Amino acid sequence: MSSFSSKIADIRKDFPILSREVYGKPLVYFDNGATTQKPKVVLDTIEKFYNSINANIHRGVHKLSAESTEEYEKAREVIREFLNAEKTSEIIFTSGTTASINLVAFSFGEVFVKSGDEVIVTEMEHHSNIVPWQLLCERKGANLKVLPFDENGELKVDMLESLITPKTRILSVTHVSNTLGTVNPIKQIIEIAHRHNVPVLIDGAQGVKHGIIDVQDLDADFYAFSGHKIYGPTGIGVLYGKEKWLNQMVPWQGGGDMIATVSFAKTTFNELPFKFEAGTANYIGAAGLAAAINYYKSVGIEQATAYETELLNYATKKLLEIDGLRIIGTTTDKASIISFILKDIHPYDTGMILDKMGIAVRTGNHCTQPVIDHFEIDGTVRASLAFYNTYEEVDRLVEGVAKVKEMFG
Amino acid sequence: MTLNEVQDSIVDDFSLFDDWMDRYQQLIELGKDLPPIDEKKRTDQYLIKGCQSKVWLDADLVDGKVQFTADSDAIITKGIVSLLIKVLTNRTPQEILDADLYFIDKIGLKENLSPTRSNGLVAMVKQMRMYALAFQAKGNNA
Repeated sequence: MSSFSSKIADIRKDFPILSREVYGKPLVYFDNGATTQKPKVVLDTIEKFYNSINANIHRGVHKLSAESTEEYEKAREVIREFLNAEKTSEIIFTSGTTASINLVAFSFGEVFVKSGDEVIVTEMEHHSNIVPWQLLCERKGANLKVLPFDENGELKVDMLESLITPKTRILSVTHVSNTLGTVNPIKQIIEIAHRHNVPVLIDGAQGVKHGIIDVQDLDADFYAFSGHKIYGPTGIGVLYGKEKWLNQMVPWQGGGDMIATVSFAKTTFNELPFKFEAGTANYIGAAGLAAAINYYKSVGIEQATAYETELLNYATKKLLEIDGLRIIGTTTDKASIISFILKDIHPYDTGMILDKMGIAVRTGNHCTQPVIDHFEIDGTVRASLAFYNTYEEVDRLVEGVAKVKEMFG
Repeated sequence: MTLNEVQDSIVDDFSLFDDWMDRYQQLIELGKDLPPIDEKKRTDQYLIKGCQSKVWLDADLVDGKVQFTADSDAIITKGIVSLLIKVLTNRTPQEILDADLYFIDKIGLKENLSPTRSNGLVAMVKQMRMYALAFQAKGNNA
């Protein structure tokens, strides 16, 4: 065990919800892949903002509006630094990963994708990184191509080069699979795509809480993530995009704040990043997200990730001791997500019983039907861990699963 | 037994169990005992799609009474399906339409019939009432 585990008791105190009970039992929260819990500092930031600063941004002549705008732009700088983007103009606030991907699928697609062109995704994508591209392809008469993965849940990266043609316009791939836990070799994938001048969008919904992200080192063209999956509030997300692409892309939604001048004859658009931020932004969400990122940094991103890996390895080892348990997603480089099935027991049944024991897991297809179809199963039970989880909680999960086996046996 | 007498007897049976685990164990046994639906009916035509577990349901009208057959791929869901059938099958369409299914709440399984759990059961009850309504309409037209 690392020295990090000695800090867990203190860290847990930062998250008010972790001390609650469900059905009279202490909550074990293992659904961090769906959303993470929020430290008090995030909640305080939001409350303080509403109590003492709140005013609409980028508009007012008055003091509060100036302060509000300043907080919003400070948040943008926190995100820029967190991703190591070159410029704050490359950080666009959205409502979440889904909105970020839809933005690119529309705004990039309008300019660069035409009939007969190709878009590549992978077989392990979340529906949010499939459907926007399908809509684009339908709109433009383009074709969607799919990079498959193998039985361990590893992308067949060696096939990528043969999938790319002169008609390939963009590749969109997840950083970390939300169902399998696989950490994809995105740097290598980007490098291959760039050799053929194909830009790459990284779906960072799960990847953003797994180690340090450096979009310049990765050379990612786009990186999308959600605030609520990284200890921040819901309803705020980020799209990082290289300026050279964002400048060429058309606006996605029209409205206030995204324009320079409006007349009925012609409207001109605001500069980056505001061109893509129509309407009143979720500025309080942005401040909350910045607080979450600062908190995550103060915990120690690398140490937290290393601890999550330790916890993952421990959980994997203990779960595999249960006869008839099969882990779905068995590659070596995994984020702290374990999907499993129990022989002859439906995932929903397992999840129901675990719930009654106070253990929150997710069951089903996790919005990745192609992954579930690949393995020809009914779905999985997914435990997704965060740095505030403990070895004792893993033991409770393992005991719970053993009990499920006994009850259905 | 009337429909409510069946409900009351289920409530009685479950009152023997004082903790949730025994109640669920009982549901699991009920689920296992319910004969599977005819393989030919395990098709989309009879499927009620919950996001999590699947439920198949069919109904016939025999001598003015509705006969339900149903199945699920998850055992707990199937256990509840079995209870719903026990209460609602072999009843007239009017009895089904008038039924107040209070037993689920009384035996502490309310959460399983909540729209927040996407197991298909809420949709199944709705579908059972739809069948009753359809049979009734047909009867009135005959």
